Amino acid sequence: MNFRKYLVLAGVTVFAAAGDSMLSHGMKQTGSISLNHLQGVIFAILNPWVAIGILLLLAFFSTYMTALSWADLTYVLPATSLGYVLLALVARFLLHEHVSPLRWLGIALITGGVGFIAGGPELTEHPKAAELDDQRAVAATSSPLLSKDAGSRAPNGVRS
Amino acid sequence: MKGVYTWGAILVIVFASVVGDVLLARAMKQVGDVGALRRRVGLPAVVRRTLGNPNFLFGVIAMAVAFFSLLFALSWGDVSLVAPAAASLTFIGNAVAAKIFLHERVDRRRWIAASLVAAGVALLAG
Repeated sequence: MNFRKYLVLAGVTVFAAAGDSMLSHGMKQTGSISLNHLQGVIFAILNPWVAIGILLLLAFFSTYMTALSWADLTYVLPATSLGYVLLALVARFLLHEHVSPLRWLGIALITGGVGFIAGGPELTEHPKAAELDDQRAVAATSSPLLSKDAGSRAPNGVRS
Repeated sequence: MKGVYTWGAILVIVFASVVGDVLLARAMKQVGDVGALRRRVGLPAVVRRTLGNPNFLFGVIAMAVAFFSLLFALSWGDVSLVAPAAASLTFIGNAVAAKIFLHERVDRRRWIAASLVAAGVALLAG
């Protein structure tokens, strides 16, 4: 895990929480949409809060996909559940809503869960090992460029 | 009787979102490390490669099913049961499914994390 990867995980967390809040704020302004009046959906999208919410959720989805490309699902999901905590803290300190003791307990449990995952490896090693084997196989047969690459990576694998 | 329908809806939501998450995770592992890939072939190629992955498309469809069944369930179900139960069971379901279908090493650390988060989400969303 390097700084850039932590930044992506923070992006997943913040974009999801912010996008959901904007969307819910906007939808409360536009009112309920019924199946008989689907044109209401178009008016909803024209609401700036809803539009920003959708953009943020698109940002969430692309950061989430990026995180899944180099980390396990069972790492990404708990790691980004801090978004729930973020929402509760926003509700308490920015919107001055009441947060019950039971909810504070929920915040503590989620934070504890994230702490448990943070110390461990983010990826189950087998795909990486297979990739390294592939590189070695390719390096052994062909390109000098790739063999240099595999050579520089192998010591890292041994050290960890 | 209403309880049966509500729990049925919760199971559908959890099932669809677990299927979606597993398919998306598998798709992105097939695509490969997006950061490294982008530096090598450029962003448009990465997007094309992701959108062209069948697992990705089925994953998005499953997520859409989960989303609309949640909306549907919220329109007649008990919000204070449906939302937290679905969110929290999805964390547990994902841990089980990731172990079975993605062969992730779900060690004790990860089980504890998933359970704590599931319990916390149930309390927060409730």
